[in-house]
Amino acid sequence: MTGLVDDFLPALMDPDRPVPAGLQDGLGRPAGRRFNVYRNNVTVSLIDALMQGFPAVVKLLGAEYFAAIARVFVQDNPPQSRLMMHYGAGFPAFLETVPALARLGYVGDVARLELALRRSYHAADAEPLDPALLGAIAPDDLPATRFTLAPALMLIRSDWPIHAIWAFNMIPGSPAPQVQGQAQDVLITRPDFDPVAQPLPPGGSTFVAALIAGASLGTAHDAGLAETADFDPTTILGLLIAGGALTGLNTETTP
Amino acid sequence: MPIATPQTATLPTAPGVGYKAQHYSEIIADARPVQWLEIHAENYMGDGGRPLAQLRHLAERFPISVHGVGLSIGGETPLDREHLARLKHLCDGLNPASFSEHLAWSSHDSAFLNDLLPLPYTDATLSRVADHIDQVQDSLGRRMLLENPSSYLAFAESTWSEPDFLRELTRRTGCGLLLDVNNVFVSATNLGFDPRGYVDAFPLDAVGEIHLGGHDADQDDHGAPLLIDSHGAPIADPVWTLLDHVLAHSGPRPVLVEWDNDVPAWPVLADEARRAEKALARLNPALRAAS
Amino acid sequence: MSTMIKSLAIAGAMATALAAHSTSAQAQATEKCFGVALAGENDCAAGPGTTCAGSSKVDYQGNAWKLVPAGTCVTMEKEGGRKGSLEALDRDLPA
Repeated sequence: MTGLVDDFLPALMDPDRPVPAGLQDGLGRPAGRRFNVYRNNVTVSLIDALMQGFPAVVKLLGAEYFAAIARVFVQDNPPQSRLMMHYGAGFPAFLETVPALARLGYVGDVARLELALRRSYHAADAEPLDPALLGAIAPDDLPATRFTLAPALMLIRSDWPIHAIWAFNMIPGSPAPQVQGQAQDVLITRPDFDPVAQPLPPGGSTFVAALIAGASLGTAHDAGLAETADFDPTTILGLLIAGGALTGLNTETTP
Repeated sequence: MPIATPQTATLPTAPGVGYKAQHYSEIIADARPVQWLEIHAENYMGDGGRPLAQLRHLAERFPISVHGVGLSIGGETPLDREHLARLKHLCDGLNPASFSEHLAWSSHDSAFLNDLLPLPYTDATLSRVADHIDQVQDSLGRRMLLENPSSYLAFAESTWSEPDFLRELTRRTGCGLLLDVNNVFVSATNLGFDPRGYVDAFPLDAVGEIHLGGHDADQDDHGAPLLIDSHGAPIADPVWTLLDHVLAHSGPRPVLVEWDNDVPAWPVLADEARRAEKALARLNPALRAAS
Repeated sequence: MSTMIKSLAIAGAMATALAAHSTSAQAQATEKCFGVALAGENDCAAGPGTTCAGSSKVDYQGNAWKLVPAGTCVTMEKEGGRKGSLEALDRDLPA
């Protein structure tokens, strides 16, 4: 008897194991390489899923190299979810363990950016606040105002110019990253259905992270100032409003 | 997911296609001759965004068939209750015209293998699969269709033929069947049986939907042809011929064209659907009236 | 910064952001449902047959670890703090 779990599965995941006994062709001969159809389906479909999920990393590394590295990841990290849209959450950290990529310190963070774009794409819908409501908040009430943020809002912090690297590979016409590239934190919003990635000005990610954590606008502003003396939230508020990321507000002074 | 669906208790006995997002605009503009769409359930289990928005729009215009690819009904381990709950959530919101899954397994414990893997056909597997189907139908509150697999090998221990195994499952559970005609042709070629004999032994009365798809050719260790169910090519001529044989015995059925790899432009897919429409139209009027 | 100055700074930022939004937004009335799907989908198609990556062992000492990345990547040196520098990525992109 050929157990699916005891016999079939281990041989499926380990090509060095012999094809399980009791598997045959139509004439009763051993199945031989017929079994490889299943081995290949599993491995190749998972590699393909990673290639589709991390297109900028594919361009950075080249498809052949990416596939070879992805295969190592796939063997040790079969999906833990039946939803392929979630596959590859551990891939950015894995990339940072690959010896040949040690000199490309930014690759893991570019992969994190792509993973965040995918999460944003599938995140729950949320109706943005009417800008008129925002405009109607009395100036004195603004510092104590807290926001509910869209589930599609994502924040990626990096020591590398990952937005420039990502955009150069993914958005036609984007300039090559600067030779003296600044570290870039990236804000992802999803106006309607397409995630948009934008680099944040200095202090921006600290400001947004504070809002995400539930801090008031005033507290978030203070956090931005603490990081950057000339912090100005105008651009970031513009990105959040245009990105439909502000979905609810509370002007009560008590948390 | 609240979706207002017009009627659609059953799929029409007309051509449908496997829905691909790149065809959205063409389908909304003019889907002819396609009259219904099938989706892979797992791709609509995210929290929101475009996939679900598209599905809401499409469901207002077309009967939808929900086709699961990840439940692992043929597995040795219990069904994943979380996944079953996700399926129920999707079906409750959508009220699809059909729900179907595969006679296959694809997961063990927490690991998902992303492939439809084969199982032996024995009394023991029959009981287990029947229990799983009962559980699915109870959970979803609807009858399901079970699809015959494409086979690349056989289990020495099998004591049931595939058609008999499927027939017995319909008897025990009341489920219907999804007959994939390409899978029959692929399996028949790979395992050396007569595809018409398979169809003649198949419980056609239970068939609620027919699948068609393209396959690729490879070879086994002995140089014998080994067909791969790639869904990446036009439907092969012998499969169209086999479809005629099926329809002549089953009467009209909803016929779906699947194309998952190297997905072509919409007109190519619509042409395949048109060919299915013609096969349905060729049925003699008496047979059409009888169904 | 005093409480009043802070209120004014935030109010000014909000007013400017809202003004910019009202002039730029509402311009695009595209069919929102049409657009790209971000990848990673389930399907029920079979893969590439009998001879492919999955049927041979990953060789940690050989191929997989010894191949050299050959895309648009270049070596960048991080120079302390949060600054980074890089050689220009000026090669053509692969299709």
